[in-house]
Amino acid sequence: MARTQPKSYRRVVVGIATVSLLLALWYVATTATGFINPSRFPRPHEVLSAFNFIQTEGYGNGKLHQHVLHSLKLVAMGFSVAVGVGVPLGLLMGYSRRAEALINPAFLLLRPIPPLAWIPLAIVWLGLDDGSKILVIFVAAFVPSVINSYTGVRNIETPITEAARMLGIKGWRLVFEVLVPGAMPMIFTGLRLSLQASWTTLVAAELIGALYGLGSILNQAAQDIFPAMILVAMVFVGVCGASTTWLLGRLENLAMPWRHGRVAA
Amino acid sequence: MTAPLNRKQFWRLTVTGTVAFLGFWYLARLLHFSPPQFLPMPHEVLIKMIDLLHNPFAGATLPEHMLASMKRFGMGFGLAALIGVPLGLAMGWFRWLDDVVTPLFDSVRFIAPVAWVPFAALWFGTGIGGPTLIIFAGAFPPCLINAYRGARDVDIRYLEAASMLGVGSFKTISEVLFPASIPSIIAGLRIGAGLGWLSLVGAELIVASSGMGNLIVRAQSALATDTVMAGMIAIGMVGVVIDVLIRKLERILLKHRNA
Repeated sequence: MARTQPKSYRRVVVGIATVSLLLALWYVATTATGFINPSRFPRPHEVLSAFNFIQTEGYGNGKLHQHVLHSLKLVAMGFSVAVGVGVPLGLLMGYSRRAEALINPAFLLLRPIPPLAWIPLAIVWLGLDDGSKILVIFVAAFVPSVINSYTGVRNIETPITEAARMLGIKGWRLVFEVLVPGAMPMIFTGLRLSLQASWTTLVAAELIGALYGLGSILNQAAQDIFPAMILVAMVFVGVCGASTTWLLGRLENLAMPWRHGRVAA
Repeated sequence: MTAPLNRKQFWRLTVTGTVAFLGFWYLARLLHFSPPQFLPMPHEVLIKMIDLLHNPFAGATLPEHMLASMKRFGMGFGLAALIGVPLGLAMGWFRWLDDVVTPLFDSVRFIAPVAWVPFAALWFGTGIGGPTLIIFAGAFPPCLINAYRGARDVDIRYLEAASMLGVGSFKTISEVLFPASIPSIIAGLRIGAGLGWLSLVGAELIVASSGMGNLIVRAQSALATDTVMAGMIAIGMVGVVIDVLIRKLERILLKHRNA
């Protein structure tokens, strides 16, 4: 995650060598020697043709980009609502001990329940449509947003808050010039955890029942026993997770220019 | 930050918050916002939970489902900790191992653990092997990353002292790096246990034929919302118990280290 020193030339070379070795091993084990049965793990050329197939013909109700866009859309919606509600709530709970004492009981009751356990309840309430997926993504992304914003405010050094109080800073100025910048590093830690949780939950919800999305490809491919397509879907789950995390990292650097981009995702 | 509350203020607000939460829940039912089969009242959920202790649902009582889940969790999390922690420490010590493992690890770490479900079922079946792999996929990264970071953050003076005293690699890892990184390792185990428990629920929702995840998904298809909620609460409670046990382990390890 956060690696402060720049990656050295050596690291890159060894990294590329390792990954290439693994790919070569994959080819040898599945195609050249047949050591691994293709019904258990796909051969490289099968994965390529599965990728071509889903792009040109489509698989599981749509083409690859339709599935990817659908999943991205749901994550974006659930995540942004959760962040939009969770971060302000966390800031409020961090700032006001009254709000904390008032809200904490409900939060403590709901917090230990893993987000995936909400999926059946969401299906009972909202069916298998997009609404139930957005609800579970919201639940998943909400908790880390709140906790980390709360911790961020609590960890602001006392001299800073005392100086703000002495200077009579109040209201929105207090929020945007003291609390938000002070809690910013922790807020972004929370957002990154929220984003990961969103993807995990979405994939699980789509595996259980969906018409579109990466999880629905996984589900369809598992039912058809089509290992090459399973691998294609898994790769794209990883690609989506990595690229949205990268985007968040860029945003983090933009939001905190004083850190000079030292902390990359 | 506002000033800390005194005890009386704190409890007054806490009780108000709890009452408000339960009050809204009851109110939603009493005002007929939702039909009873979709939103049972809190006490109905509690009664259902007690009922599930001896009356089976989906072929087993609540404790039996819990036991099935705990077995899978123990296997998956145990494997993740037993492989992840030593590997992380070794990566912190041997640079070549770090260089080799990190790119492999980085290329799979963004794949959500539940995305392993199809392969897990294909390779190891849906009994105990498949879910174990999924729990492993969830719990392994934090175990590895935290042990690695802990080992990298060890004060260089200890390592210099060890090397001056002619301590070998294996002993340096077990006698210097491991004890010095215990707080970081435990933090990793706690995160790993949380993610592992989450992945377990996912695996049981999708493939398994027993366990707490399976209980709630079967209750969902029977539209037994009270059982779904009772199951969710039980899942949350087990998660808390696991976390408490790991923190106990930390205290024991630290006491042993500081003795």
